Amino acid sequence: MNGFCMVYQSFELLQKMLAFILLAPLIGGLLAGVDRKVTARLQGRYGPPVLQPFYDVLKLFQKETIVVNKLQNFAVLLFLIFTVFSGALFFAGADLLLMVFTLALASTFFVLGGYSVGSPFSHIGAEREIIQMVSYEPMIILTAVGMYQVTGSFRVGDIVRFPGPLIFYLPGIFAGFLYILTIKLRKSPFDLSMSHHAHQELVRGITTEFSGSALALIEITHWYENVLLLGIVYLFFAFNPWLAIIVALSTYLFEIFIDNNYARFKWQLTFVSSWLVTAVVGVSNIVVLAAIH
Amino acid sequence: MEWFKRSPWVIHYNATSCNGCDIEVFASLTPLYDLERFGIINTGNPKHADILLATGSVNEKSRQVLKNIYDQMPNPKVVVAVGICATVGCVFQDCYNVQGGVDKVLPVDVYIPGCAARPELIIDGVLKACEILEQKYRQEKRDRKKKNKERKSSHTVQNAG
Repeated sequence: MNGFCMVYQSFELLQKMLAFILLAPLIGGLLAGVDRKVTARLQGRYGPPVLQPFYDVLKLFQKETIVVNKLQNFAVLLFLIFTVFSGALFFAGADLLLMVFTLALASTFFVLGGYSVGSPFSHIGAEREIIQMVSYEPMIILTAVGMYQVTGSFRVGDIVRFPGPLIFYLPGIFAGFLYILTIKLRKSPFDLSMSHHAHQELVRGITTEFSGSALALIEITHWYENVLLLGIVYLFFAFNPWLAIIVALSTYLFEIFIDNNYARFKWQLTFVSSWLVTAVVGVSNIVVLAAIH
Repeated sequence: MEWFKRSPWVIHYNATSCNGCDIEVFASLTPLYDLERFGIINTGNPKHADILLATGSVNEKSRQVLKNIYDQMPNPKVVVAVGICATVGCVFQDCYNVQGGVDKVLPVDVYIPGCAARPELIIDGVLKACEILEQKYRQEKRDRKKKNKERKSSHTVQNAG
């Protein structure tokens, strides 16, 4: 593992970015496949093959793409590009704040895509996506601020090299991040805007009017996003790469359990609860840290 | 590779059915039969679907909805008539308000008989529909190539003229 880390650290900036762009969809797709298999087993079913997400995406590329408004595919493309850019920044060890804002910009384009079509289902999905963004964005920024307070740098490269365990300084921030991670991974109880499961009251929410390759791009973007988010979980345990990877994967498993154990919340509860968690565990963690320093 | 066969997404519509066949369609998604092990998902959105599972004998009202759903599905697409009502209209076929089968409205590819259709038969029918989906995709690809070639050749003729 240390050898792997050394090889990765010996890469140039562009090589690191390229490694993320090539490897992240493979890892993200596999994770999605494991998700579906584990979910099926939890429900007492056999479940699809682990490679099923790849089959789905490859099929979607072969389907006809119906375009209602030309802006819609442009918006999805920008959603993909900015998410990939944000992930590439993160894995190249660049600025954490820049990564956070690029990710927010990517989600904004997704919302624009949802609004650009005529379907009311898509519009409600887009509205809910905005509510979700408002719910999770403060906590993500607090995560970056907390890491800065401990390590004295916003650069991911410096945070990874910080010798002490970040989790001891930022337990509250980590708990808050876990809470909003459920929203970001689009898991129940927070899968308001779109869901991967059959229980969907908005037809398909924000992706209702997307078909064929546009839908495939949305799915791939979701994989990139998942890998990026698990990367942030990694940062909390970066003092020990093995431990960090195990924690990141078990976090994903934990989210699958949450997904299977909860019905969907209303948007009011989603919004209020995530801001409460942010205020109680996130802000108090930062205040305590500031007091100690 | 044949990706349609590995991930066919289904939309289900009840066109004036008695709900018997619909219960069986959903029964095939339950842990006992588990359609998802073939990668089959019940999408509930025509724009994401490959296979339209229609049940019931289709009356004047549901005819329009059925047609609308079919038109919204991106190509290639397959229609499966589930149950004997969707196949020929069954005991309702002489009713004044009934069309008497899905094939009076849409081009049906697979017929699944039974009242109500058994889940095993529905799974079998959907998997047969996957084969047809694959054939339709290949046919479409060939047609597209042909069209492009014709367009190119007509273009060069025009330029020469």
